Amino acid sequence: MTLRDILPRARTLVLLGGTCALGLALFLAFFYAFGGWTLSAPADLTICNGDEPQTLDPAIVTGQLEGRICLALFEGLTTRDAAGHIIPGMAQSWTRSPDGKTYTFLIRPDAKWSNGQPLTAHDFLDSWRRALEPATASEYAYQLYYLVNGEAYGTGKITDFSQVGVKAPDDRTLVVTLSHPTAYFLELTSLQTLCPVYLPCIAKYGDDWIKPGRIVSNGPYVMKAWRLNDYIFLEANPYYWKPVPIRRIKVLPTRDANTCFNLFYSGKTDLILDQTSIPASLLPDLRPKPYYHPNPFGATTFIRFNVKRKPFDDVRVRQALALALDKQDIVDKILRDGEPVANTLVPPGNAGYIPPRGLVRDVDAARRLLAAAGYPGGHGFPDVNLLFSTKGTGPAIATEAQALWARDLGITSIHLRGQEWKVYLNSQASVDFDVCLSRWVGDYGDPQTFIDMFVTDGGNNNTNWSNSRYDQMLAQSENTPDPAQRLRIFHDMEKILVEDDVPIVPVSFMVGAVLYHSDKLGGFESNFVDDHRWGDFYIPKKK
Amino acid sequence: MAAIIIRRLLQAIPVLFIIVSLTFVLMHNAPGSPFTTERHIPAPIMAELEKKYHLHGTFAQQYGAYLGDLLHGDLGLSTQYRNRTVNEIIGQALPVSMVLGTLAYAFALLAGTTLGGLAAVRQGRPRDRLIVLAALLGISIPNFVLALLCIRVFAIDLNLLPVAGWGSLDQIVLPAFCLSVPFIASITRLTRGGLLEVLRLDFIRTARAKGLSETAVLFRHALKVAILPVVGYSGPAVAGVLTGSIVVETIFGIPGIGPFFVNSVLNRDPFMTCGVVLVFGLFLILCNLATDILYFVIDRRVNLQ
Repeated sequence: MTLRDILPRARTLVLLGGTCALGLALFLAFFYAFGGWTLSAPADLTICNGDEPQTLDPAIVTGQLEGRICLALFEGLTTRDAAGHIIPGMAQSWTRSPDGKTYTFLIRPDAKWSNGQPLTAHDFLDSWRRALEPATASEYAYQLYYLVNGEAYGTGKITDFSQVGVKAPDDRTLVVTLSHPTAYFLELTSLQTLCPVYLPCIAKYGDDWIKPGRIVSNGPYVMKAWRLNDYIFLEANPYYWKPVPIRRIKVLPTRDANTCFNLFYSGKTDLILDQTSIPASLLPDLRPKPYYHPNPFGATTFIRFNVKRKPFDDVRVRQALALALDKQDIVDKILRDGEPVANTLVPPGNAGYIPPRGLVRDVDAARRLLAAAGYPGGHGFPDVNLLFSTKGTGPAIATEAQALWARDLGITSIHLRGQEWKVYLNSQASVDFDVCLSRWVGDYGDPQTFIDMFVTDGGNNNTNWSNSRYDQMLAQSENTPDPAQRLRIFHDMEKILVEDDVPIVPVSFMVGAVLYHSDKLGGFESNFVDDHRWGDFYIPKKK
Repeated sequence: MAAIIIRRLLQAIPVLFIIVSLTFVLMHNAPGSPFTTERHIPAPIMAELEKKYHLHGTFAQQYGAYLGDLLHGDLGLSTQYRNRTVNEIIGQALPVSMVLGTLAYAFALLAGTTLGGLAAVRQGRPRDRLIVLAALLGISIPNFVLALLCIRVFAIDLNLLPVAGWGSLDQIVLPAFCLSVPFIASITRLTRGGLLEVLRLDFIRTARAKGLSETAVLFRHALKVAILPVVGYSGPAVAGVLTGSIVVETIFGIPGIGPFFVNSVLNRDPFMTCGVVLVFGLFLILCNLATDILYFVIDRRVNLQ
């Protein structure tokens, strides 16, 4: 090979090599600059939280996964212990007037914002005003409608906030006046909607106030970093009123159940909080594992009837379908996580509440009722549709229910109508269905969050069902200061709902499942409200 | 040349305008509102929400307001991620997908042309058969199957690579590989096909007759012509791979833009949907333009008009 042969080759090689090197350098530079390259400090605890939060503004948050992070960042007048009991939060104590309508909270003297500024009763007053103001467009503002004139201010009927039932006579005292003795008011004050926010920060940054580097909060944690669909980094708030055991928490917004489980299985995450973050097919195998922790929570899967449409305008038809439905079959074949069969709407666990018996499965009685209504053996039953969301277990439950009604009652004219989530919600809200598969997750640990849905024209009634006695009893319960008497009224109301009028058929109580190794995480207890404050978590000492 | 590029870019404006308008109309008429949730929202609150997100008034007013914002480079607010603008979301998610996509496609080009070349020079022999079969598998196996298999083998059984996540180089390997496999397969087939055709042509026979080595014939003469189908294929492919993959990004938990193409529609997030459609449209136009220019650079006979 002569020099003349080598030279052009060498030139080509240099050119090629140079281009490659330049390309690689450019790529790496780009990756470092924009690719989300992070040498983030290792977290003491990594949590799979199910999805990217829509927002973390306490006044705006409605979802559970957002609520969890929100309640790590913010704290209301009250909070919860690991078992779910209400305990003092920002308020160190409170008194309740004998008529149950006035609460006087005493803010703790050491209450501070994460920037070191003192937190006062006025902060609560201003934050509640912000949450109520129509311009804030808070979907959960109704949690403050219990205050005197709360609803009027929230819907713009009055514009003078001083008429609303909350006053701050001094920096440490907050006096709240309610229009009814609301038995669960101290539960509401532990929710994110009633948490204080730092208004100077909101005034300065507008919608951007919630971002890292700007946000000022008052809970056990402060936000250090937040990358969309990537992670949220929380660090213990040094100004929180008690020490926080775990210093750094990394929150992963991983959506895919397989991915979540893989992360847990390979030790990259310590805690999975939602049953939906565990692949459903694995649930039966995981249940015996030591890291599987059942976590019941106040939620019910049920079926709505449109009582204005034939044949469901006939109570006998509704009762027949309720009596015949083989709920055990649905739980065993479809849900597969040991969900209890539900014959009532209100989930078990409400202290002191005795639910009615409900309609217990009785196929013969169901057949008789159906025959009496004019459809013996299901003959002549009109074509009806069963609405469900195509998300999650919706299609499987609906298909199974359709088959079960055909098997036990001979009804073969129930047609499936699956709709994409948002379309489904729209159809449900406008009662555009014959039968609809639904669910309800309680807002607080009291039967009322389930019972008051079905008041005439209630925003979440969605069945066209109306019963004036039911409405009167609800009003009566609101003015009953005696807790036991109030729960007895709820019992009678629920009896109307699930035994007499049956605009709905309860199917099952939802259960949660949480994955964590008990030698790696302490301070987690399953509780009925499924509310676990991250500030109470700790890492157990090695034995 | 410059004039042609400028003209093509100007032509892109009405095209983008039409696709974004179509998307807006479709989103506006899709059943379900961005704000519907399981819980009833009182009417005054709903009205405030619509006002805040510029979704109140007649369709013409909403559309006009959106176009006005667009002209200022403002893609609007996301109705799903309440404290974020669409610009902010795309600004954070798109570079992630571009990094992953660039790596995946560069690897696909390298591997695909090499495999295609290796197959073509041994046409009909076992090596060729094997590569053709592998390419067929690569095209046929869906991404989500491949990704789960890779995770099972490399991350869980062998414990070599992380199962998911983003932010370090080892977390890029599996997703980039899974993303590149279908492209490797296609490029292999295109390169092989192109080479087989070219290697029969007269100018190759001439080159061989001149006494050039087989390597020189292949790389300096044949590949230059045989690569043209790959260039043509790469335009839309690059646009697609740079704007993310819903499957790979979801399975590997990568904070890219891919999942937004589906989720923003499911969430009825009108401005986010328009935003990603706009981004994809822009990438497609730019990549096609780049392809045409490359064609011209490789083969001067190509008429860019």
